[in-house]
Amino acid sequence: MEKRVVFRSKWLPYMLVAPQLLITIVFFFWPAGQALFYSFQSQDPFGMNVTFAGLDNFRYLFNDSAYLASFKVTAVFSMLVAAGGISIALVLALMADRVVKGALAYRTLLIWPYAVSAAVAGVLWGFLFAPSIGIITFVLKQFNIDWNWVLQGDQAMLLVVIASIWKQISYNFLFFLAGLQSIPRSLIEAASIDGAGPVRRFWTIVFPLLSPVTFFLLVVNIVYAFFDTFGVIDATTSGGPAGSTQILVYKVFVDGVKSADLGGSSAQSAVLMVIVIALTVVQFRFVERKVNY
Amino acid sequence: MVERRPLLSVFTHLGLVIGIVIIAFPLYVTFVASTLTLEQVLTVPMQMVPGDNFWNNYAQVLTGGSTRGSTAPVAPMLFNSLVMALIIAFGKIAISIVSAFAIVYFRFPMRNFFFWMIFVTLMLPVEVRIIPTYKVVADLGMLDSYAGLTLPLIASATATFLFRQFFMTVPDELVEAARMDGAGPMRFFFDVLLPLSATSIAALFVIQFIYGWNQYLWPLLITNDESMYTTVIGIKRMIVGGDALTEWHLVMATAILAMVPPALVVILMQKWFVKGLVDTEK
Repeated sequence: MEKRVVFRSKWLPYMLVAPQLLITIVFFFWPAGQALFYSFQSQDPFGMNVTFAGLDNFRYLFNDSAYLASFKVTAVFSMLVAAGGISIALVLALMADRVVKGALAYRTLLIWPYAVSAAVAGVLWGFLFAPSIGIITFVLKQFNIDWNWVLQGDQAMLLVVIASIWKQISYNFLFFLAGLQSIPRSLIEAASIDGAGPVRRFWTIVFPLLSPVTFFLLVVNIVYAFFDTFGVIDATTSGGPAGSTQILVYKVFVDGVKSADLGGSSAQSAVLMVIVIALTVVQFRFVERKVNY
Repeated sequence: MVERRPLLSVFTHLGLVIGIVIIAFPLYVTFVASTLTLEQVLTVPMQMVPGDNFWNNYAQVLTGGSTRGSTAPVAPMLFNSLVMALIIAFGKIAISIVSAFAIVYFRFPMRNFFFWMIFVTLMLPVEVRIIPTYKVVADLGMLDSYAGLTLPLIASATATFLFRQFFMTVPDELVEAARMDGAGPMRFFFDVLLPLSATSIAALFVIQFIYGWNQYLWPLLITNDESMYTTVIGIKRMIVGGDALTEWHLVMATAILAMVPPALVVILMQKWFVKGLVDTEK
């Protein structure tokens, strides 16, 4: 799509795009280029000795059991966050779409977690589930459940999943609500005249018509789980115990900042870039082409 | 609603209320903990009604900070968070509205190339290129400064995209009329386009303010000086590890302080927030 009518100037458009281009080049292309450059190099921790390593960093990475484990952790984590967040939000949106009285009040009370920082969400839930003083830990103890996410990997995973879902629910909820409100009423009415109850109507009309929104949210939630949950993890488990919640982004940070392994960490960054680009392409190709049939 | 089903309506309201209570539960516990003494917080189980240490705790964190871990006061951190959020929100809006204007309303060599350069930044979150970006900022001598905190996060394409989409819907007749009246491009931009973009700007502002306020990894890396901490970083630095060692009542008071400003922005500007959320993702 192009404008028919445009202005003419030899220099003005360049002046106008200059600020954004400058910032993009300095803080985006330069570092991203360096990440790629480092990923082919090997460097000792003090930066004294740099050698060209070719694909060694990558070869090493994919033979490293800790890195492969981190892949698995990321896959499990993002699937749980996406599935949990989407289904809970869908149920809430279906209910909010039904009510007439107090709809705005319900919406207001459901959207505020979006404003909470991931790290703060982690602190909140970490406190509720704290091994010795947490409220929920106390309740679980009454049911003889031994809760200690500091030591048990599965429980640590559950904790970061809950905190991440909690923060993302409002986002999913708003998109589902908008999607539900754009479904033509006449379709629903016709179905109900034909005798279809609410459950039948949901599965045969509402759910198929929502599929583009659902698919879009699936991609967004996976991207969210991959990157934006860094704060949740750093504020609670720090990737532990024994790497059981160490997602890929967290490992980039640990290896690059804490272990000062520039080459390895940059190679990981490069792998992540490929994943993000793949996800973005998937999103653009399929979201445009509506998924409902 | 297409039919009356009183029983289903009752369940709907009940379900929503349960959902809201579960979602608000962590917030409530945090608030209660922020009004207790440390001994009360460490009592298992913690009491579920607010105590009477509200003023003490909040005054302590605002002016003095906690006594273990980071001892920096929180009031300057709130200021830092505010500055960071505002620079990011306004900076992004300013640089992207002019670049979108150039890309939509001018024809010039390399236009598509520039557009793609900006477009690519959509794909890579800061988290992925974090270490090289840190090096760049360190080389430029911008560690522990507002410029270092904000500039790398301003480089993003979402806002440019949003404005480009919006400008495409502005009728061409407006440009023709403006040119007929002898207005140049900048005059057209300030007198016609900018007022028309008011709602888009408001929507974008809400989203970017929250984005800036809640930044975590980036400020964590580049702020070593306590006077440059943002509130979210301050919370993390107060937690010293081990349930009994951390001053939870102060951590929780700080958490409430960190949540209130962005939550207010979302709730008070709800209309623009919803619009911004839906628009930025298109």
